[in-house]
Order: sequence, then C-alpha cells, then structure tokens
Amino acid sequence: MTGGAPDGHASPPPIGREDVVHVARLARLELTDEEVGRFTGQLAQVLAHAADVAALDLAGVAPTAHPLPLQNVLRPDEIRPCLDRQEVLDGAPEVEDHRFRVPRIVGDAP
Amino acid sequence: MSAPRGDGTREAGGDGPAGALRIAAAVRAGERSARSVVEEALSAVASGDSDLHAFVTVTADAALAAADEVDRAVAEGRDPGPLAGVPVALKDNLCTRGVPTTCASRILEGWRPPYDATVVDRLAAAGAVAVGKTNMDEFAMGSSTENSCFGPTRNPHDRTRVPGGSSGGSAAAVAAGFVPLALGSDTGGSIRQPAALCGVVGMKPTYGLVSRYGLVAFASSLDQIGPFATSVADAAHLLGVIAGHDRADSTSLPDPDPRPDFAASVGRGVEGRRVGLCLELVEGCAPDVVARVRRAAEDLEAAGAEVSEISVPEFRLGLSAYYLIAPAEASSNLARYDGVRYGLRVDGPDVAAMNTATRTAGFGPEVKRRIMLGTYALSAGYYDAYYGKAQRVRTLMVEAFARAYRQVDVLLGATAPSTAFPIGERVDDPLAMYMSDVCTIPSNLAGHPAISVPYGAGDDGLPVGVQVLAPALGEELLFSVAAALEAAAPAGGGPGAAAPVGSGGPEGAGR
Repeated sequence: MTGGAPDGHASPPPIGREDVVHVARLARLELTDEEVGRFTGQLAQVLAHAADVAALDLAGVAPTAHPLPLQNVLRPDEIRPCLDRQEVLDGAPEVEDHRFRVPRIVGDAP
Repeated sequence: MSAPRGDGTREAGGDGPAGALRIAAAVRAGERSARSVVEEALSAVASGDSDLHAFVTVTADAALAAADEVDRAVAEGRDPGPLAGVPVALKDNLCTRGVPTTCASRILEGWRPPYDATVVDRLAAAGAVAVGKTNMDEFAMGSSTENSCFGPTRNPHDRTRVPGGSSGGSAAAVAAGFVPLALGSDTGGSIRQPAALCGVVGMKPTYGLVSRYGLVAFASSLDQIGPFATSVADAAHLLGVIAGHDRADSTSLPDPDPRPDFAASVGRGVEGRRVGLCLELVEGCAPDVVARVRRAAEDLEAAGAEVSEISVPEFRLGLSAYYLIAPAEASSNLARYDGVRYGLRVDGPDVAAMNTATRTAGFGPEVKRRIMLGTYALSAGYYDAYYGKAQRVRTLMVEAFARAYRQVDVLLGATAPSTAFPIGERVDDPLAMYMSDVCTIPSNLAGHPAISVPYGAGDDGLPVGVQVLAPALGEELLFSVAAALEAAAPAGGGPGAAAPVGSGGPEGAGR
C-alpha cells in the first residue's frame, strides 16, 4: 500500500472499516465482521493503486462520461408493441392484482 | 471433439469445414441440413462439456426446431439467411425470451426474460441457431470466469487453467469446437482477453455499433457486445449480422450509407498501412507474450505494413480509471436487483430489510466488492478525488489515442499480459486479477474497436493473443490487419482445439 499521494495534490485518506460499513449500508448489503475486514483490505489495495489517478492535477481537463457525443434523438410518437404484462409479472417474486407485491413500506397505522 | 488437439493444426478460417462460412454455404446450397449441423453441435456439447462447463443452459429442443425451420426455408426456396444453420452460443447476460438468463448470479437464477436482446433477434433472422447460454463471471465482473454461481469454466487447452473472462464460457465453447461462433460482451476486455487465453478470435466493436438492448447492464458507457470465432473472416461476418442502428438503444449509432462491408475488408491486406507497436501495451507482459507481439510486428512489416514503435504513456492510467468508472456505473446499474420485479427475493419485515437480505444472499463476493468500490467512489467527499478524476483521465485517454492515430493507422500490442493462469491463483487477490485487463481497457474507455488474434503459443504451450486497436468505426481497417496477422500466425495455440484433422494449413483467411 502506498497510502496517500506523492506530494502536492490532496489524496483522500485510506479507506477504513467504518467506510466499508457505511457504503455497504448505502448499497443495501449486510456484511459479517470477517467480510468487513477482508473487503476493507481489498478495497484499500485497489484504491491505493488508483492513487496515481487521484493524485493528478487535472483542473483544466473536461470530464468524459461517455465515449460518444450524445445528443437528444427525436422520433415520431407512434404506438408500438410493448412487453406482455403477464409475461413480465411471471418473472416477479410476488404479484397481486397485476402488480408487484412488496412487504410493508411504512409503519403500522396509529 | 472437445479435446484440445495440441498438434498445431490451424483452423482454415471461414473456409474450413468447421468454419461458420463453410457451414452456412453448405446449408444454403442444400448440401447439409441445418438439423445435422445442430445435432452435431449438441452432441459435442453433451459429450464434451461436462468437464469444461462452457454452457450453463443448453436449449436443445429450441435449437432443433430452429434448425428445422432453416431447412424448411431452404426446401421451399426462401432465403435462409447468411448464417443459415450455424450453431451459436450466447453469453448468459444476453436476454433470451423464455430461456433462463442468469448473468451467472444467484440473484437472477431462474428468471426468464420476457423479450429477446436485439442481437438474439438478428442472429435468428440471419438463420443462425442458438444452442445455449454460456458461463461467465457474475454480471461480467471478472477476468477468469471463476466468479460464477455455477462454478468455473475450464480452459480447453489445459483444464487446470482459467479460460479468461468474463466471457470465458463463450471463448471455451468456440475453442473446444462445440460451436463455430459465439457472442460475448466486453466492458474492459471481457471478449478479447478470454479469446487470447483460449486461442480464438475475439472482437470488441466500436461503442454504439451493436445494440445493447437486452444486454444486462454492467457499466453502460463501456459495455459492448461482440463476436467470438475461429477465424477473422467468421468474426467479420458475425459482426455484419449483429451491427446496425436499433431504435431500442438510445446509444446505438445511426447507420452510415452505404453500410460497411466488414467481411469484404478481410482480404484487403496491409500494404502501406502504418502500424504502431505500442510500448505501453507490451510493458509488464510476460517475455514469451512480448516475443509473440514483436514477431507479429515483423510479420506485418513483411506483409507490406510500415511498422514503428509508439509510446502512449496515458495508457498507464487506464487500469486505475477503469476500476473507478466501471464499479461506479455498476453500483448504479445493479441497484435494480432489489427483490421486487425479477429474480431472487429473501423476505424481510419491511422493504428495506427485504432489499438488503435479497442482495446479501444473491450477489457473490466480487459483485459486492465492485458495488462497494463504486458506491465509495461516488460518495460525498470522495467523488471529486476518484470518479471525477477518473472521468478526466478518460478525456486524456481519448486525446492520447487521437494523437497516436495521427502517426499510425492502427496500434498493436498484447491482449493479455500472460497466458492462461491456474484456476484459483488470483481469486483472493482482486488487484492481480484486475491486472489481466491492463492491455484491453484503453479501447473501452475511448469506445474504440479492438480485436485479439491467436498468435502461436507461449513457453508453456498455451495460446497467446495479439491485439490490434483501431480508431472509432475503424472496423474494416481492424479486420484487414487482423486477417494479415492470421495468415502469418505461427502454429500452435490457435483455434486448433476446434480443427478437425486435415483441415488444411494456415492459408484460410481472406477469401
């Protein structure tokens, strides 16, 4: 592990256990203690490799989000066939009245 | 038929008896029935795939029905299509209506898509016959096909080694001779790297050339579907069938007029072509791999190309940028696996608990690793340092390519830094695994096409691939250089695993 960046540009601090627990919660993943330890080490290793990128001064460089110069495309507003509703619902874990059924979202009514 | 031959016999390109072009010509002429071709492929899979594990689903009944339909078209004098009766394998991240599409993930186990990917439709319209779905790294995240909920695929040249990945099942299926053609997807090298490790041709088209509709998304600005084949000519034909604008994919490019004829470009030669041997695409590679790339440069020079060495230092930043950008996009794309609309659900007392329980049980370790890496790279406080920087590096990469292509027409380098590595060697060392992609990533970041061509064997007797890179929409140039390489390639390591005895010498490409 190289830790921080070579001089100058601010490099983020190394990833720690608490960061891994935090991002796992954001990503809706539950980790065991053992997994937190293992993932922390592995992610730290990958991020240390990325220190070369994190340390660059790229202030004058525009970001590229996509390889193509994307532009808005218009098309005639025509009715076209769409997916079969029953076929789509057949793939769902639970269905009720032609809708996806999920567990309770809000708490019990008062 | 599944056994690697190891006698250095080379498949005689699309004209060889097992090549896609020869099969299609025979079926179209009524000399062979599509049913007999497909039965042969299915029986090869049945007898040879139990230890290779290239396929996760075999669709025998549907394949035979499709073959019969091709035969009916021939009998009735209708055009059965340019790939009539040719068996193809599909990576299991390509949606197939009514046929399980798992991405080798428990979270999609048993899901049957309600629609076909555009490439699946186009193959069927061309008369090709899908025989099954191939193994892969879960959600295409990996370089060895070991990250599969179904277990690993083995390399047909050495069953103790990986086939590469993430499209390792498709590469192995072609290398073993089960099918002459397969489709994979390439986000950071997932077609080209397994093609190199299995000794077959594998190609990543220009971003937007092939519709991604029905390709389960990993990193949407990088993903592209492309062909595996035993020859450059076959790969060019397959690309011709699947390429073209699709209104269902908003990133699909408009069709140029006239549409390019990829297959016709195969025989054009390299006279006067400027080839840049890219130093950054061989540095850090094993000496036997470097030797093959240098031999390829000499062979191209002998064939009439102007070869020079060129340095593109920005390529050294590719790996870091890629392993921030791809996980960032993946963390967003994979948010959809929440146990609501498809696949696995593990119940919980409320929706959030159900989401967490489902994702925790459904995703494997590499997918979790990448989701967390991407979530971290996008999170408040780290976005600028990681994702923002990586996007700017992507700009540097595009500009560096543009500078290089003012000096040369194509770049030449290794496809993968080494030959196939042993199963298990890198599973606990993500960074070492990621290094497998160091030579293939630049083309993905820029959205450019690139191809891997088998170029003899390394010191261990295993296949080595040489990579040719071209500018955006430079497919014709790419195929012409690749075909010249194929014609000059040394024996050994190539698609010999697929070559029937006496299939002829290495003269096959280009007609």
